[in-house]
Amino acid sequence: MTAAVTSASHPLAKSAGSPLRFYAIWLIGIAALIILPLLFSSGGSLTSFSLIGIAIVFALSYNILLGQTGLLSFGHAVHYGLGGFAACHMMNAVVAHGWPIPLPFIPLFGGLGGLAFAMLLGWVMTKRAGTVFAMISLGIGELVASSSLILRSVFGGEAGITTDRTALPRMFGWTFGPQLQVYYLIAFWLVLSAIAMYALTRTPLGRISNAVRDNPERVQFIGYDPHVVRYLAYCFAGFFAGIAGGLAAISFEIANSAYLGAIQSGLVLFSTFIGGTAYFFGPILGAILVTYLQLGLTSLTSVWQLYFGIIFIGIVMFSPGGIAGLLMMHRPLIRAGTLGMVIPSYLLAVVPTAALACGVILTIETVARYSGGDAINLFGVAFNPQSPVTWAVAAVLVVGGFLVARLTWQRIAEAWDRAATVARDRGYLA
Amino acid sequence: MLELIVISTLNGVLFGMLLFLLSSGLTVIFSMMGVLNFAHASFYMLGAFFGFQLTKWVGFWPALLLAPLLVGAIGMAVERYGLRNTHKHGHVAELLLTFGLAFAIEEIVSMIWGKTPLDYRVPALLDFPAFTIFSTNYPAYKLFMLAVSVTIFVVLLIVLKRTRVGLIVQAALTHPHMVGHLGHNVGRVFMVVFGVGSALAGLAGVIAGPALVTQSDMAAALGPILFVVIVFGGLGSLPGAFIASLVIGLVQTFAVALNGSLASAFGPLDPAAGPSVLTDIWNVTIAQVAPIVPYLLLVLVLIVRPVGLMGTRES
Repeated sequence: MTAAVTSASHPLAKSAGSPLRFYAIWLIGIAALIILPLLFSSGGSLTSFSLIGIAIVFALSYNILLGQTGLLSFGHAVHYGLGGFAACHMMNAVVAHGWPIPLPFIPLFGGLGGLAFAMLLGWVMTKRAGTVFAMISLGIGELVASSSLILRSVFGGEAGITTDRTALPRMFGWTFGPQLQVYYLIAFWLVLSAIAMYALTRTPLGRISNAVRDNPERVQFIGYDPHVVRYLAYCFAGFFAGIAGGLAAISFEIANSAYLGAIQSGLVLFSTFIGGTAYFFGPILGAILVTYLQLGLTSLTSVWQLYFGIIFIGIVMFSPGGIAGLLMMHRPLIRAGTLGMVIPSYLLAVVPTAALACGVILTIETVARYSGGDAINLFGVAFNPQSPVTWAVAAVLVVGGFLVARLTWQRIAEAWDRAATVARDRGYLA
Repeated sequence: MLELIVISTLNGVLFGMLLFLLSSGLTVIFSMMGVLNFAHASFYMLGAFFGFQLTKWVGFWPALLLAPLLVGAIGMAVERYGLRNTHKHGHVAELLLTFGLAFAIEEIVSMIWGKTPLDYRVPALLDFPAFTIFSTNYPAYKLFMLAVSVTIFVVLLIVLKRTRVGLIVQAALTHPHMVGHLGHNVGRVFMVVFGVGSALAGLAGVIAGPALVTQSDMAAALGPILFVVIVFGGLGSLPGAFIASLVIGLVQTFAVALNGSLASAFGPLDPAAGPSVLTDIWNVTIAQVAPIVPYLLLVLVLIVRPVGLMGTRES
């Protein structure tokens, strides 16, 4: 397995130090979820928060596979989508039959939908780990996505299945018509799922999953079957992905084949990996960042997916621990009090690295808008994509920025080595 | 019926050989470096788009040579500056790097050439019917594709089995460290093999572009089938990849050509029962099911023989 994944399995608990601080982190998170809509109460931001909440549950469920068990799946959206369809069908059935099931319980049925599929096909899929599992998950993902267009009576063909969340029996007098109430419903399930998934990592199953990820052969020697462990982890991941899909179905009041598709699977992989798979909070960071970028960039540029790809490649090549891994690298330095030794080199690197980034953005936008001729607005400065001046500026920024930035990156590496050596001498770094 | 069988067999073998052009490179790269190159289908797509662009500038025949070379150079750069640096982080990181690349390449291609299909024409020299069989004109270009694929297949076989270079490559497949100890530059061998594999994918793209659709989603459409082929044949086995390519190529071509459904075979269901999953399955034609047939085969093989047709080793 990768070095990034094997190192530091449960730092959140370790970082807590005392139980008090551990619970404080969770309580602060919950308080933030309650207060956020009071600070930003516009409809747009409420929708964004809801989307981010769903993305967090989805990314956390994916990390049960990738981070905890070491299974790289390219078809995780299958469970998300089937959870969404299960929730939609359940909502319609509740309305049609007049069952006394209020809306807040619906995501549970989404979860069961995701779980059912995981139980059905998971046994065959988890026979092998590693690259073969990745390929199989890709194939199964394609299989389900294509089948959803054939089985029209279940998946509603191209149009999908619609539902009406306000038609369900009420609970505490809430109709769940306004976005605010839906947001609180999603926040409630987010907290519940996050606690459950964190608790899962602390159970013997969670621990043995880590062992299966790191060394399946030794797990066999101590009497466990890695296949069974992978299967159980796969089922849990499918269940929580189904909950995320159910929440999405409630939020959008529709489920269609796009929920199941390769794009959705790719997005959750991006979120989880960019956030960092080795830490429990990594996927949360990643889901917030990716969803925020997705919402923000779509209005700014037509090639926003390319930026995702570039960010992802950058993270894979230079920081396989993701953003969480980058942040947590600094913990021993902070404790040892040597962080001050690297800060100046960081500040020095900011300007050339930003110049390089601007150059890359300018190049991409120039290519993307060359035929259309729309002006590029780069942080308030306007550029004409058809003018040679723009090309020259982009070239200077890319080449010059890269050459200077490379020097400053070397300085960071040197400063980092010095700071780490001191931290090691003081006993804070293994 | 006979007409359908003959034409579909020809087309199926053609599609199978095209798949093998791609899966052979993928298999050799996988067995040597343990890297499953997710971007392999993207190199195929790059081949088609470079072929289109170069055909416009210098004509089809120079493009047939230049585009694969260009794609091969890109492949070598990816190995040298991307995969080699990522290697220390393990195989999952390498797979993810190629996944990110595949994503980025698709975006770059659709950014430059747009999302609509390109008008990539068959060269005038080959734009005539080669022969007429049962009133169907079989285009000469398809025979040309078949000839190119078979030639590459034979050349590959000879190079791998009969030359010194092939000997080193074969040795590096199973014992890379030993080959390194014997004084060969394994890093360079890897880079060249990756480049040749990419160039073959590019060549497949150049010749397939005019016959199939040249569009920015062609990699995403072909990629999963390619992975089915190599898992189906057994990861790391060239003969397995060859058989699996032909099987998948034939099965899919025949499935597309057949129009039967359960309803046409056994008569329609009682309409009073109303629409259900059963009616969906009953009425769907084999042609409509064609896209999912490779994946069904994959699931079947995994249940019956988890290592694939000719696979021997656990990954």
